[in-house]
Order: sequence, then C-alpha cells, then structure tokens
Amino acid sequence: MIKFILGKILWLIPTLIGITIVAFGFVRVLPGDPVLLMAGERGLSPERYAELTHQLGFDRPIWVQYGEFVWRVLHGDLGDSLVTHRPVLHEFLTLFPATLELGFCAMFIAIVIGVPVGVIAAIKRGSWFDQVSMTTALVGYSMPIFWWGLLLIILFSGVLHWTPVSGRISLMYYFPNGTNFMIWDAIASGQKGALASALSHLVLPAIVLATIPLAVIARQTRSAMLEVLGEDYVRTARAKGMPPRRVIGIHALRNAMIPVITTIGLQVGMLMAGAILTETIFSWPGIGKWMVDSISRRDYPSVQGGLLMIAVIVMVVNLIVDLLYGLINPRIRHR
Amino acid sequence: MVLSILVSGIGDMMADTTLTPGTRRAQLAEFWFYFSENRGAVIALVVFSLVLLAAIAAPMLAAHGPDVQFRDALLAKPMTDTAHGHFWLGTDAVGRDILSRLLFGARYSLFVGFFVVVLALSVGVILGLLAGWFGGWVDTVIMRVMDVILAFPSLLLALVFVAILGPGLINAMIAIAVVYQPHFARLTRAAVLGEKNKDYVMAAQVAGAGNMRLMFRTVLPNCLAPLIVQGTMSFSNAILDVAALGFLGMGAQPPTPEWGTMLSEAREFILRAWWVVTFPGLAILITVLAINLMGDGLRDALDPKLKRS
Repeated sequence: MIKFILGKILWLIPTLIGITIVAFGFVRVLPGDPVLLMAGERGLSPERYAELTHQLGFDRPIWVQYGEFVWRVLHGDLGDSLVTHRPVLHEFLTLFPATLELGFCAMFIAIVIGVPVGVIAAIKRGSWFDQVSMTTALVGYSMPIFWWGLLLIILFSGVLHWTPVSGRISLMYYFPNGTNFMIWDAIASGQKGALASALSHLVLPAIVLATIPLAVIARQTRSAMLEVLGEDYVRTARAKGMPPRRVIGIHALRNAMIPVITTIGLQVGMLMAGAILTETIFSWPGIGKWMVDSISRRDYPSVQGGLLMIAVIVMVVNLIVDLLYGLINPRIRHR
Repeated sequence: MVLSILVSGIGDMMADTTLTPGTRRAQLAEFWFYFSENRGAVIALVVFSLVLLAAIAAPMLAAHGPDVQFRDALLAKPMTDTAHGHFWLGTDAVGRDILSRLLFGARYSLFVGFFVVVLALSVGVILGLLAGWFGGWVDTVIMRVMDVILAFPSLLLALVFVAILGPGLINAMIAIAVVYQPHFARLTRAAVLGEKNKDYVMAAQVAGAGNMRLMFRTVLPNCLAPLIVQGTMSFSNAILDVAALGFLGMGAQPPTPEWGTMLSEAREFILRAWWVVTFPGLAILITVLAINLMGDGLRDALDPKLKRS
C-alpha cells in the first residue's frame, strides 16, 4: 500500500514542475514589459526602472529567475498584490474559505440528490421516473450556469423576494475574529438570525454550482448501477432468493459506487471552473471572483499565485481520490 | 487531412460493426437505423438543423439588423408593436431587436463550436498518434504536457490565455481549443495503444507501409468512435465556454451579437426586463441540449459497447 501511495506521489512531480513553469511563464509571455506589469507603477524614471528590474530579478538569466521563483513559492511567498499590496498568499487564504464553503454545499446537494436519483432510475429502468430524471439531468448538464443563476435571481429575489441578490450575510452581522466559514461563524456567534441570513445567502449560489455535478453524478450512477445489475453475482444473489433490497443495497450499490466516487473526484476541477461563474453572478467573495477581478485589474502577481494554488489544490484532491479508489478497489492497487 | 479521414472513417467504422460490409449507402442506412432508434436524438437533429438554418439564413430571416438601435423603443416588451414593426422577443437597453440579434448570434455560436472542435481535434489527434505510436520519450514528453494542461480548471486556464492574448472572440476560441485538445490526445493515444499490436497493423508494416501511412491510414480510422463522441461533447462545451467567456467580458466584445456577450450586457437589467436575460440563455441551452442529445444518439449508433447503457 505504501509503495502504491509513494508511486502516485512521485508520478505527480513532473506535473507539479509543469504547473510552476506555466505560472512562472505566464507573466513573461504577457504582451508588454514584464517589469512594468509586475511593478504596477506608472511614469517610472530610468533609475527607478533599473532598480525595479534588479529588485524583481529580471536582469538575471531566465533559469535563475525560475529557480528563485520556485524557491520563494516553496517558502510560501507568492509575491504581493498590485492592488491591495498585501501578500497574495494571505489574500488567497482569506478568500478560500468562502469558495470552500460554497463548494462543499454544492457537492453535498449534488451527491445527496444525484446518487439516489441515479440508483432509482437504474432500478426502474424505462419507467417514467427514469425518463423524466434522465431528461432533466441532460438539461442540467447542458445548462449555461451563468444564465441559470440569473434566472434564479429573477425568480427568487426579484419576484418572490425570498433570497438576497448577492453577498454572504446581511450587513447587520459582523464577525471580526471569524474563521470566514460563514455558517460556522454564524452558529458560533450565537446571534439571533445570523444563521438564517447566512443560509439564505448561500442557497442560490450552491444550487447553481451544484447543477452540473448533480447531472453528471446522476447519469454516472445510473449507468454504473445498470452495469452492476447485469453482473452474474447479482443474478446469483437474486436466484438464491435474497430480498431485492439487500441485493441492491449490499451487492450492487457498493460496487457501483467505485466509478461514482471517481466521477465525484473529477468534479472538483469542474467545481472550480463553475465557482468562477457562480461567484461572479452572486458577488460571492471567493477565489473565483477574485481571479476574474485580478485578471481584469491586471493584478498579475495575484493571477500568478492564484493559478498556482488552484492547480495544486485540484491536483491534491485528484491524488486523494486516486488513493481512495485504491483503498476501495484492491484490484487497482496491485496492478 | 485529419478531418477528411474522420468523415470517411464513419463509414468504415460501421463496416466493423456489421457482418456484411456492403456499400457506403448501406453503411449509412445502418448508421441511421441505430441513430433513429433514439427518439431524442432525432428530435435534437431537427432542432439543430433549424439552428443551423437560422445561422445561414440570418440576414433573410431577421426583421432588423443586429446593430440597428430604435431609440424610441428601449426595453420594449416581447410581442410589442411599434412604428418600426413587431418585436417578437422585445428589444434590449439600447433598442435593438433581440430576435434579430439571436438569429445572427447563432452564426457565432455554431462557428465557435466548429472551429474549436476542428482545432482541438486536429492537434490532439496528431499528438495522441505520435505519443501512442512512437512511445518512449516522445510519449512521456507529450503526455506530461497534457497532464499539466489538465491540472488547471479549463475555464480558468482559458481566462488566463485570453488575458495573455487579449479579449476577443478569436482569442477565446484559440484558448478553449488549447484547453480541450488534451482530451483528444489522451483518447487517441489510448486507442492507438489498443490497436497497434493487432495483426492488421503488423501486416501493413510487413507490407512496407511507412510510419505516416501506418499512423494515419491504418490505425487512425479504427480509433474514431470515441473521438467522434468526444467531438460532439466538445462542440457543445465549447459553445458554453465561449459564451461564459463572453459573459465575463473576455470573449466576443460588444456590440457583437454573441449570446454570452448579450447576457453580459443584459445583467444590469435582470430585475427590470426579464426578456433581455431569458432569451439569449434559452438559445444557448436549446442549442447545447440539441448537440448533447445528438451526441448520445451518435454514441449509441457508433459504439456498440456503450449501446443502451
């Protein structure tokens, strides 16, 4: 098992190096002078320019620059934002809980609805439930989520006035020493109505972000389940006279879950892409909105740092899924 | 070249799934038999044909030019009659006819989908063929680079590419194609690895076929089924992603009547004029849904292993 884990981790090193090269190279292939782009100052005197060039290291050979970049990154230094002048890593870590909270809730919705729907659709294959749910899933999969979000805002905020249009919590509540996980902070503060406010802000973005993963999980669960239901051991269990509930619960479901877990893991990268759109629509102060804002404000150190962090996070999550996969399915481990 | 092989390959592939090879017409009939079993796919084909028709005939179908502004009919509701004529789907904030803009917008979306798939497919297939056929360090280098591209969330990487290249429809399409091609490269490589040790490849090799001929004429046509299915999926995803970039202000620039860009312009009016937001999004959804349904039908017809699962 340890050999399996080490092998997986070693396999990631080239990808990791590639990711740092992309993040490092990004600033250097931008149109314009990288010194001016990274310094973010205007009307530089030649002396100041030379000073900045030296300070930012652009006067050294490119491979030395790359080495220094990696060295700094390994020490947790991603540079300073051109807009706020605070360390990029600090900005990232402040905003990340918001994205994490949104992502967790979306994934929760997607799994809690998607898996049962897929299982029932497979068991009742060809029924009206199967047809309606799979058609809905295909619509969800084809959904432009930025439009879907706007429609929900029109309906629930504009017409029904049930939910707020944007933000994470009503301005009435403020948690100075919070963890930035709003639901947790709201509960911990003990203030009346804080939790309800946080949840009402969270529900629409979470539904929007959950839409595509939900559709994918439902479809994948259905086809995995159908495949397993056709296997010999399921037929044997049925022939032995085992009650259908036990056949499905014990024999079929557990084996069908293996590909479903992989699918769920693969959705994490998709979730990040979805977060970019969802957070922009709902003005949700997370990593996705921050990246879009940083790109349009030309805050390149932030874009560079964010790119690196997001890629590493997605990679680590995929690694965990891979390991989990090996844990559930011993056949993979020994190949 | 890759594309022409793809097209001729659809016919060849059907020959694999039938016992009697038959003529090309028979193969097409066979293909249609399986495709038409899927009712959703047939409806989707009709819908998609209508969208295609709308795109081609936009100048004839549209009552107004896509950029013509009627200053006395700002944010007119759907089905309103004005001095300028009937606005079926209303007008936007500067008084442009939404239906006309949607019709012209179909051109952009379909072109985008087509362009992205052709570019991503050509590059991805060539890289996948090289990696799978030659193996060794060629394989390692190509596939590690693909891994790096896949490590980034696609929309994020596309956004960054657009930041480098500058916003615009063409740059958005190139960015999306770059992000999509690893999927084609991986699929092609996997299929080539499965095929290259089979007897017919060996026979062609013994007969003196060169590497180019072996890769493109012998092996590639037998790797097409997954590529075609992936191609349809990429077609619809490309439409979605380019619309998303347009929505974020990084794709087509106003006043281009691209559907995502139209939504982006409409955002500030969502609580006042629902139609400005609803129709462009509906156009995207219907087009993407039709393509995805056709993809399901294609998969059923082309890949007997995945059939009816």
